[in-house]
Amino acid sequence: MNNGCEFEFSGATLTALPSGALWWAAHDLLVVSDLHLGKSDRIARRTGTMVPPYETYDTLLRLETDIATTGARQVICLGDSFDDMASSANLDPKNRDWILTLQSGRDWTWIEGNHDPAPLSLGGHHRAEHTVDGLTFRHIADPHLQAEISGHYHPKLRLPVRGKLISRPCFLFDARRLILPAYGTYTGGLCLTHGALQSLMGPGAQVILAGTSQHRLPMPRAAQQRVS
Amino acid sequence: MELPAKITDWFTTKGWSVHPHQQAMLDRAENPTTLLIAPTGGGKTLAGFLPTLAELASAPHDGLHTLYVSPLKALAADIKRNLRTPVDEIGLDIRIEDRTGDTTQTQKKRQRVDPPHILLTTPESLALLTSYEDAPRMFRGVQRVIVDEIHALSESKRGDQLMLALAALQRMCPDMRRIGLSATVEDPDAIARFLAAHPNPCDIVHADPGPPPDIQMLQIDEPPPWSGGGAKYAIPAVLDEVRKHKTTLIFHNTRAQAELFFHNLWLANSDSLPIGIHHGSLSKEQRQKVEQAMVDGTLKAIVCTGSLDLGIDWGDVDLVIQIGAPKNVKRLVQRIGRANHRYNAPSKALLVPANRFEVIECVAALAAVKAHDLDGDDRGSGPRDVLCQHILIAACAGPFHADDLFDQMTTAGAYAGLSRKAFDDCLEFCATGGYALRAYDRWQRLLQRPDGMWQLRDPRAAQRIRMNIGTIQDTDTLKVRLKNRGGGKPLGEVEEGFAATLTPGDTFLIGGQIVRYEGLREMTVEVTRRASDKPKIATFLGTKFATSTQLTHRILNMMQQDDWPDLPDHTRDWLKLQKQVSFMPKADRLLVESFPHDGRAQTVVYGFAGRNAMQTLGLLVTQRMEEQGLSPMGFVATDYAILVWSLDPVLDPAPLFSRDGLREGLEKWLSGNAVMKRTFKASAHIAGLIERNLPSNRKTGRQATMSSDILYDTLLKYDPDHVLMQITREEALRGLVDFGRIEEMVDRIEGRIDHVVLDRLTPMAAPLFLEPGRVPIKGMAEERLLAEETERLMVASGLADVDKPKRWAVPF
Repeated sequence: MNNGCEFEFSGATLTALPSGALWWAAHDLLVVSDLHLGKSDRIARRTGTMVPPYETYDTLLRLETDIATTGARQVICLGDSFDDMASSANLDPKNRDWILTLQSGRDWTWIEGNHDPAPLSLGGHHRAEHTVDGLTFRHIADPHLQAEISGHYHPKLRLPVRGKLISRPCFLFDARRLILPAYGTYTGGLCLTHGALQSLMGPGAQVILAGTSQHRLPMPRAAQQRVS
Repeated sequence: MELPAKITDWFTTKGWSVHPHQQAMLDRAENPTTLLIAPTGGGKTLAGFLPTLAELASAPHDGLHTLYVSPLKALAADIKRNLRTPVDEIGLDIRIEDRTGDTTQTQKKRQRVDPPHILLTTPESLALLTSYEDAPRMFRGVQRVIVDEIHALSESKRGDQLMLALAALQRMCPDMRRIGLSATVEDPDAIARFLAAHPNPCDIVHADPGPPPDIQMLQIDEPPPWSGGGAKYAIPAVLDEVRKHKTTLIFHNTRAQAELFFHNLWLANSDSLPIGIHHGSLSKEQRQKVEQAMVDGTLKAIVCTGSLDLGIDWGDVDLVIQIGAPKNVKRLVQRIGRANHRYNAPSKALLVPANRFEVIECVAALAAVKAHDLDGDDRGSGPRDVLCQHILIAACAGPFHADDLFDQMTTAGAYAGLSRKAFDDCLEFCATGGYALRAYDRWQRLLQRPDGMWQLRDPRAAQRIRMNIGTIQDTDTLKVRLKNRGGGKPLGEVEEGFAATLTPGDTFLIGGQIVRYEGLREMTVEVTRRASDKPKIATFLGTKFATSTQLTHRILNMMQQDDWPDLPDHTRDWLKLQKQVSFMPKADRLLVESFPHDGRAQTVVYGFAGRNAMQTLGLLVTQRMEEQGLSPMGFVATDYAILVWSLDPVLDPAPLFSRDGLREGLEKWLSGNAVMKRTFKASAHIAGLIERNLPSNRKTGRQATMSSDILYDTLLKYDPDHVLMQITREEALRGLVDFGRIEEMVDRIEGRIDHVVLDRLTPMAAPLFLEPGRVPIKGMAEERLLAEETERLMVASGLADVDKPKRWAVPF
């Protein structure tokens, strides 16, 4: 098991962790994006299907492990922390206490996401965006900004290798912006060849895979891909 | 039952007499259930409908009288045409309509308010109809249901779905009598049990089987190739036969093979004989064009797959050619029956082995046909994922009592042995999710009312449940269209995984044309026509037939002969060559061959345990190879062997086949592997845990959809005994595991393993390299390949130099 892949972004030395979290050692800062806590609750409420209700537990367990291993003093959740507002309101009391335990003694920031825009009933700061030492943390990338770290897109690499299609969530960055993979257990991914990511990322964009093999490679560019 | 004068007069005018089996069906008109076993062309459909026509001719009937269910939409439409003629000629005032996925919404609505006398439909459409609250009104007074091609339905979950729907229907129409129409099968009693409402009896009527078929191997001067499924060598001989006959059906076992054969046939077709192609991955428009051409008699031949297996009467077929080994004697006999739809004329068929091993299979199959040695396996009890779907369907139709529903569902033959506990677990799953963690108290799907009845919590859920009725599992496919302004002509579908391996400029075959991949637009593969290049072949996941146990045993016996005088010289020589460079597989020893090929280490194990057991063996062996650090990349299984490819070669196979090791591996394997995940995905869709179809206004972005693999992993971690995990295990054990036959193999070899290490592939191993259904192994090989490829991409892009040295940080 490796301990992460270190890289330079906008003058900061950052580490892409296998779990999909980002570690900024200089600030003892752990960043996670798109936790989508309470997703199963929302699915049941809205569609009637009842998927295994263990994703909140599993996501928090992985977050707890990352916090413990890194010894983070600051935590930023980059938005879409809850699948919707009702999911945060319906949070199981045990999980609510668990989050409070994780927060205690740490500087904790909830960034607003498109799924959970209103202020949350949990502790910590609630912000539309947040800046630390020149780096701006937002939920959705702003094409006009730079030195910006965001989530939202759930980037995922699909790479054909010798007739096999390998699919992994990944970190995506260029000179201006860094996009984190989704951290939540029940999250799908958006293929890097999708128009939205292709148009957002500048030349020289790179990818670092989440998971056990944290390879780093150039972002695949699909010349035929239309920008939607 | 006596035929009314109107109908006997019609027979007389036609110069026909009533066949004995048609009379037998009339005689049994009052029986609750009757099964007719008849060869194709025996007037089977009319035999099924005669009692209905007699009743409708004798007394007017208000509303729906007879339901007809067939596995194919096209068959329903075909029967509508073919039934109309006699009904009009007899002068009966009968409304006949079909109702399938292709019927318009307006028509469907009208049918529910004002149903026709005879409704022709499919299992899925019928299940959907029973989900409406007004179903009892629509089905009031139904007298008969005719299930066509029941031999095909009884082998699949579509049949289980149909029988559960009929169980519901029987409650609404207690007088409804059931008729099953079946091709020749090995075990009519099993189909009778499947058809009858348990514990009703079922009478079986056997029609005259007709003269034995005229069936032989196509004599070709050139020997078949060592390997491959294309049968390209046979093309001149096949064209000769096509020329000599009126209409020829050329059957293939897979869609990809059909495409390739059609392409090669067309290249060699110097007389421009009109030949078409028909398979399930082609667009509806393409298929309808070919079907119409067949009806019009303008085609000399059709290259096809199982999509033409069932009894649609398209044109005057006088020859069936089977390309590739028939795999299953029963299916072969049914396919042969497609030639000559005239009663009492022998069907003519030719077998064309695609390679040398298939010559052996073909000879074994010919012997089995002559001996009337049909094959078939017991399917076991009804699958519970279908049961879950029908509990939800029942809830859509209105509140129900659990006791009533249990009684109703256990009248379906396949579910007659269902325990109350197994049913209750399914009900619990549908109601609350059935998780160990009680999370859905507020959002239960079904609620129990104070009076004990169960109902949907949110009635709006009914729409979503109805949208997801069905048991057919498509692989994830993308539509293929010609690229032009305003969206081009649809050509068909390819698997998503195949599309992802294409880069612009790649070519592949679809519908017999070579097309060039231009790009992906939303969820559509855009292509242009490209006449020249040699194509990459589309990897369709068509139906794969397993060689039956009986046929496998016949083959293994043939292997053990000292010489093979029954076989053509080329195949005889081939077996002798195999004997020279390696060994012949024997029943009491295990032959293992290792050699390099395609830049990988290859290992072939000749287990002859049948495809399912060999598939399991492949999974277990690759798992043990992974543990030994050999980095297996994947394997493919056939009925007689597995081929494993790995980065490093197998040096000592013995430890791979110890009984304890395999059994221990099975336990571990049952929890986390690709086949289980695939099985889980199918069952999760059928049982209603995952919806395939969403209301169009709710379609979310791709990043919001989570894969069924994640749900499987989560359940395995937190709720391994969940009912859906139990169902997945049941399904895998029934379909894909077959561990009993692996143990039987281990017993008969008793550790006697012949390991042959060679520098090149052996004659007998060659066909395995073209076998479809390769199973990838996600292990260290993937990580090693990923490392190589990313390194290559870094170097190619120049980033490797910019960022050097790549640092692997260990910050904590």
